[in-house]
Amino acid sequence: MASKRRFQAVVIGVSSGGVQALKKLLGGLPADFPLPVLIVQHISPEAGSGMAKLLDDLCAIRVKEADEQDRLEPATVYLAPPNYHLLVERGGVLALSADPPVSYARPSVDVLFETAAGVYRRGLIGMVLTGANWDGARGVQFVKQKGGVVIVQHPADADTPQMPQAALAAVEADYVVPLAEMPELLRQLAEARAAARGSEAGLHG
Amino acid sequence: MTTLKAVEVEDVEIRLLLEGLQQIYGYDFRDYADASIKRRLTQWLAESPFATFSEAQSRLLRDPETFVSLLQGITVNVTEMFRDPSFFRTLREQVVPFLKTYPFVKIWHAGCASGEEAYSMAILLNEEGMAGRYRMYATDIDESVLAKAAEGVMPITEMQKYTRNYQKAGGARSFADYYTARYDRAILSPSLKKDIVFAPHNLATDAEFGEMNMVLCRNVMIYFKPALKERCLKLFDNSLLPGGFLCLGLKETLERRKMGERYDELVPGSRIYRKRYGQ
Ligand SMILES: C[S@@+](CC[C@H](N)C(=O)[O-])C[C@H]1O[C@@H](n2cnc3c(N)ncnc32)[C@H](O)[C@@H]1O
Repeated sequence: MASKRRFQAVVIGVSSGGVQALKKLLGGLPADFPLPVLIVQHISPEAGSGMAKLLDDLCAIRVKEADEQDRLEPATVYLAPPNYHLLVERGGVLALSADPPVSYARPSVDVLFETAAGVYRRGLIGMVLTGANWDGARGVQFVKQKGGVVIVQHPADADTPQMPQAALAAVEADYVVPLAEMPELLRQLAEARAAARGSEAGLHG
Repeated sequence: MTTLKAVEVEDVEIRLLLEGLQQIYGYDFRDYADASIKRRLTQWLAESPFATFSEAQSRLLRDPETFVSLLQGITVNVTEMFRDPSFFRTLREQVVPFLKTYPFVKIWHAGCASGEEAYSMAILLNEEGMAGRYRMYATDIDESVLAKAAEGVMPITEMQKYTRNYQKAGGARSFADYYTARYDRAILSPSLKKDIVFAPHNLATDAEFGEMNMVLCRNVMIYFKPALKERCLKLFDNSLLPGGFLCLGLKETLERRKMGERYDELVPGSRIYRKRYGQ
C-alpha cells in the first residue's frame, strides 16, 4: 500500500519541548533525506533567527529559516520565522503572512498544515510532536481529508503531551510512535516513494 | 460518469470571482499569493450566508456593500506601533542623520493599515528635532482602515506593549505623553497627526507618488505574487529620489531582484535600502 504512494513533503508542528525534540528528530535524518521538511515551532515573536542556525550546526541535513518565495527542495528543512505564518503555495513555493495569530499562535501549525495539504494532498506527511496547546488538531484533519498520512508522537513519550493528545482526539493517526522511532519511519516512508518512482519509471521505460 | 473534484472546483470559483471583481469594481486581487488569499476568502465565506463562492458571486458582483465586506475580509490590517523595534532603532540611529541634512523630507507609508507605523515615525522624527520638517503620505487600499488611522485612537490594552516596543526602539521619553487615556481607549496627541496625510491608494493599479526621500512598505508585498511585487518595487523606485531609502519588512529582501543592483542595504539584515546616486 505504502509503496504506491509518492510522498512529496513532510510538515511538522511542535511547541514546548520542541528544541530537544527537533534535535533528536532532525539529528536522525540523513543529509540526503529525499523530501523537503517544513516546521512550525512556537517561539516568542521576539526570538531571533538563531534556531535554524543551531539546528543546522547539529544536524546532517540542511536546516534554514524559511524565506518567502523559497522553492521547496529535497534534503532541506525549512523553519518558520518568528512572528510570521508559513504557507505553501501552489507549485511548492513558500509564502509568509502577517495574518493575526491562529489559536494564539503565529506561526501556526494549522495554517501550515492546511495550505500544505491543499498543495500536496496524498503526498503529504503531517507530524505533531510535543506541545502544551491544541494547535495542529485542525491541521491534521486537513491532512487526512486530502488523503495524507498523519504521524503523532506518543503522548507518553512527549515532554508535554497536550498537543499530541489534541491531534489524536481530532483524527485517527496512521502512526503513533515515540520520537526515537521517527527518523527511521520517515526514512522508510520516503524510500517507499523512491521505490514507487523507480517502478513507475520501469513502466514507462 | 463525470466525477467532481471538490477542491479544484473551489479554486476555479475563486479565480472566476477575482476576475469578476476586477472587472466590476476595479480592485485587482488576481496577483495575490494564492494560499493566503484563499484562506482569507474561505474565512469570509464561512461567516457569510453563502454556501459556495458561486452562490456568493452573484451578490458580490451586484451589491457594493457585500463587496466591501469581502474587501475587509481580504485585507490583513494587523499592525502595531514600533513593530520590530530593532528596525526603528536602526532608523533612528542610521537613517535620521541623513534625513536631517535635508531642509524638508517626504515619506510614503504604502500599506499603512491603521496608521501605527506612521505615528511611530512621527514620534521618532519629532524627538530627533525634525518636527515641522516632514510630510508623510500614508496610504492603503482599505478605506475603512484609513478612516480608523485618521482618528488616531487605539485600544488602551495595547499601550503596555507599545511602550515596551518604543523603549526597545531607542525611545527615551515617557511614552504616556503621546496619548490621553479615555476609558478603554488611547487618543494620540494631535501633534503627531498634523503632518500625516492619509489617502487611499491601490498598489496593484495606481500610480507613483513623486520625489520621496523615504518609502516604507512593510509586510504588504509578502501577500503578492512576484509580478505584482515587481510592479510595486518599480513604483517605489520611480517615487524615490537618489539617496532615498526604501524600507521593507524583516522577511522581505531585494536580494533576488533586478532592482537590488541599484540599492545598498544600509545595515545587513535591516531591510533598509538606500538608492544609489546617479541611477
Ligand atoms: C499586514 S498590514 C501591514 C501594516 C504595516 N505596514 C506594518 O508593517 O505594520 C498590510 C496592509 O496592506 C494593505 N494592502 C493590501 N493590498 C494592498 C494594495 N493592493 N494596495 C495598498 N495597500 C494594500 C492592507 O489593507 C493592509 O492594511
